[in-house]
Amino acid sequence: MADATPVRVVLAKLGLDGHDRGLKVVARMLRDGGMEVIYLGLRQTTSSIIDAVEQEDADVVGISMLNAGHLTLGPLMVDALADAGLDVPVVIGGIVPDEDLPTLAAAGVAGVLGPGSPAADVVACVRAAVAGRGR
Amino acid sequence: MANPDSRPDSDSGPGFRTLSGIPVDSVYGDGPLPGEFPYTRGVHAEMYRSRLWTMRMFAGFGTAGDTNARFHELLRAGGTGLSTAFDMPTLMGRDSDHSWALGEVGRAGVAVDTVEDMVDLFAGIDLGAVSTSMTINGPAPILLAMYVAVAEEAGVERARLSGTLQNDILKEYQAQKEYVFPPRPSVRLVTDVIRFTTAEMPRWNPVSISGYHIREAGSTAAHELAFTLANGFAYVEAAMAAGLAVDDFAPRLSFFFNSHNDFFEEVGKFRAARRIWATWMRDRYGATDERSLKLRFHTQTAGVSLTAQQPEVNIARVALQAMAGVMGGTQSLHTDSHDEALALPSEEAARIALRTQQVIAHETGVAHVADPLGGSHYVEWMTDEMERRATDVFVHLEDLGGGSILEGVYAGIESGWFAGEIADAAYRYEREVNAGERIVVGVNAFTEGNDAERAKLLRIGQDTEDLQLKRLAGVKQARDDRAVADSLRRIVADAGDPTTNLMPALMDSVRVRTTVGEIVEALEGVFGTYVEQAVI
Amino acid sequence: MAPVADRTVPELVAAARGGELRATARLLTFVERGGDLAEQVAEATHRHVGNAHVIGLTGPPGSGKSTLTAVWTIQLAEEGRRPAVLAVDPSSPLTGGAILGDRVRMAAATAAGVFIRSMATRGHAGGLALAVPGMVRVLDIAGFDPVIVETVGVGQVEVDVTAATDTAVVVVTPGMGDAVQANKAGLLEVADLFAVNKSDRPDAVDVRRDLELMLDLSKLTGHGRPDAVARPTIVSTVATTGRGVAELADAVDSHLAALLNAGLLEARREVRRRAEVRSHLEHLVLAASAAAVEAAFGAAADAAETADEPPGVTARRLAERLLTNPGS
Repeated sequence: MADATPVRVVLAKLGLDGHDRGLKVVARMLRDGGMEVIYLGLRQTTSSIIDAVEQEDADVVGISMLNAGHLTLGPLMVDALADAGLDVPVVIGGIVPDEDLPTLAAAGVAGVLGPGSPAADVVACVRAAVAGRGR
Repeated sequence: MANPDSRPDSDSGPGFRTLSGIPVDSVYGDGPLPGEFPYTRGVHAEMYRSRLWTMRMFAGFGTAGDTNARFHELLRAGGTGLSTAFDMPTLMGRDSDHSWALGEVGRAGVAVDTVEDMVDLFAGIDLGAVSTSMTINGPAPILLAMYVAVAEEAGVERARLSGTLQNDILKEYQAQKEYVFPPRPSVRLVTDVIRFTTAEMPRWNPVSISGYHIREAGSTAAHELAFTLANGFAYVEAAMAAGLAVDDFAPRLSFFFNSHNDFFEEVGKFRAARRIWATWMRDRYGATDERSLKLRFHTQTAGVSLTAQQPEVNIARVALQAMAGVMGGTQSLHTDSHDEALALPSEEAARIALRTQQVIAHETGVAHVADPLGGSHYVEWMTDEMERRATDVFVHLEDLGGGSILEGVYAGIESGWFAGEIADAAYRYEREVNAGERIVVGVNAFTEGNDAERAKLLRIGQDTEDLQLKRLAGVKQARDDRAVADSLRRIVADAGDPTTNLMPALMDSVRVRTTVGEIVEALEGVFGTYVEQAVI
Repeated sequence: MAPVADRTVPELVAAARGGELRATARLLTFVERGGDLAEQVAEATHRHVGNAHVIGLTGPPGSGKSTLTAVWTIQLAEEGRRPAVLAVDPSSPLTGGAILGDRVRMAAATAAGVFIRSMATRGHAGGLALAVPGMVRVLDIAGFDPVIVETVGVGQVEVDVTAATDTAVVVVTPGMGDAVQANKAGLLEVADLFAVNKSDRPDAVDVRRDLELMLDLSKLTGHGRPDAVARPTIVSTVATTGRGVAELADAVDSHLAALLNAGLLEARREVRRRAEVRSHLEHLVLAASAAAVEAAFGAAADAAETADEPPGVTARRLAERLLTNPGS
């Protein structure tokens, strides 16, 4: 029974950007991939996300941004979780140029999903991020 | 060098002839012709023969100085109007030094905190001669006040200013989610702007009723059409309720649509939009001025259709989408840059996008004839079908609103109906692409070439944020704090009285260098903030 | 402080009792997953429970339950209490996944520091009936009071989960036939309190009248909770403006006081305990019988033995063998 436990994902928009099409689509893709999505929606802060991760005992955090702020906000989220003592991987969704991927990986971001990523890739990316930490 | 601004006429030069020299009429087919009610075929009899569409390229990034340089570049390249993108903190009415702004200053548009930034943004540009569009909604009245202040400080009186303020708050609740206050006080701000420009800025479009963002959020074409027109009707009802006569303000309402990939669906959508608007404005709202009945619109190609894979292919997508906008009779057009799925548009990509419009305008001949697709069985059927589907939505909203579209729109926002319809359509599309039922070139088919070397991307660094913060601190240092506090008190007092127009108080406040964030926070104290009923 | 993953269940329980949210959250996860760890948690918690007022709250989708709960829990937190919400949303029957939207629907409450735990039904009603009481116990020993169990909809699972509390609140709204639906679903029998939400609507009086009527009828026909202390109170609320929420809170508190006065609280909890034993027993027996069926079928039902008889006859023969000789 324990093996069949669904992955619990906290999904949020970090920052001011209100474009939530991608986040909503990803929420449904992950649900359809058998995961439990704790949806926080718009205008979350690192601290509101951390509250959710803590109370919900989430396995992974997905944050979405379309505002070219990924190099600031991605590492900010990773560091905030680490500072809070939470060993929970972070996956980023949004427009992220390939050349930024090494920087984000070095900063501890576990995965990056671009716009239009197929459902299978989205689910696989989140699964891989979770598997990377162990549960 | 040829002068691209002068249109050929039939008496001299090559006239309106095909590439091989065949002379062509300005329109073909039976009436109602372009320029005739219900304007299905276009709002002007001669359409692009008398005047080409405005090639309005959206730009904005970094500091005001950075964007100003891009404006000058676009004007030199033959652009005929300016369009300003603001950064996320500005769109949300927050200053660059607000904690929420961290990492977002100048990233996706230009940062404007005070009127000083607006001065830099338009430095060296004659505001009496260009038309300027500003994409801003929640804090729109504040940015308009700043624009007027800048112009007047440069000696251009407000009556001469021409341009468009997006100022369409309803679609923010439905789709783009960049709202600050709750819907009702926000619509009051919209009507304050309408009253102000109607009285004092006759060449200004106070609202650009926008379907673009609804579509980008994932709606169908028919819902883009229906929700946008419903929002338009809602503003008409609100302005009439505020005591304005319909023909005093309706001629200055303008629209902003998306042009997506399905060519004929898009053309049908644009044609149906004109027909529905004209009919409703005349029959339901009692407009008699012909200009109130004519739906004029700006078009932008569909940013969401651009792919990160093989980005050069986006040039072809943009060209075809732009063509649909022109065939649909748009009054102005922004063509997306092919690198937008990767980053902010680079200068080179923005130039190619503008050149795409110029090819359509000057090389293809499609601008010679008004509504060249009119009379096609398919196009006429699609136009009717779009109208029928939109009408279903209007009926639903009237039910929700007890006969009022405005109340129906409020109800649909508060219950999450709009957001739910949009999210469902977005997910349906993604599933179809995922399942391979829909081909997206370079994404789920024809993927050879996806690894090609990528072009240089535009980056906004952290230094922009640092620069802007320094600048804001400098302005705050130099201003008269007591005058700022006094102006904010007046704003609060005027906001509390729904019969007072807020624009004069805003004008006075921005002149003494009050920041966007300070004004928005003062207004929040009166209006409150809005938390959406989330629909996932 | 060691990460939660490195601590034993008794260590986590001690930390949760000391107010550590992270330990509480991990214990909730163990109970929700079931199995050995869930039993260890039950072992370590069951002697410490009984301090929290456990409230069930249910109603149809769109009735404004979450908004109501948010306003209510914010008021409780302002009064210095420590409310916790266990919010149950359905899992997708096809994929087992779920979108849990209660945190976003109760954003104001999360911002005010209210502890919210979202859970999915995970497919089977039996699992929920096992997990919820155990999770409530974890929240109880962690010092939360009240613990509100919020479910969506008016199905049998929601009825059972709502009934298994000290005070059951059913939310209905005007104009949707909610009262009738609630009656059909059996919620009328378990409700201690009704909240008529969105009662600023003109047709709110109709809902109230429907409810009164149905309560009259249930009294005549002998339905209604045997351990009810009084005819259910009906409170009018407008969650979006906060109107009536204080009255709802008072009515819920009064209900608890009335249970205590009448000596019914312990009785109710005993009934609940027995129901929980029954759920566990059913779960164990079903699991065992499933295994037995698998074994019997695998061993005996080969083609040669079954080809000449109707399927029902084969099944009966196998069942007889199984029931007379359960160890094999």
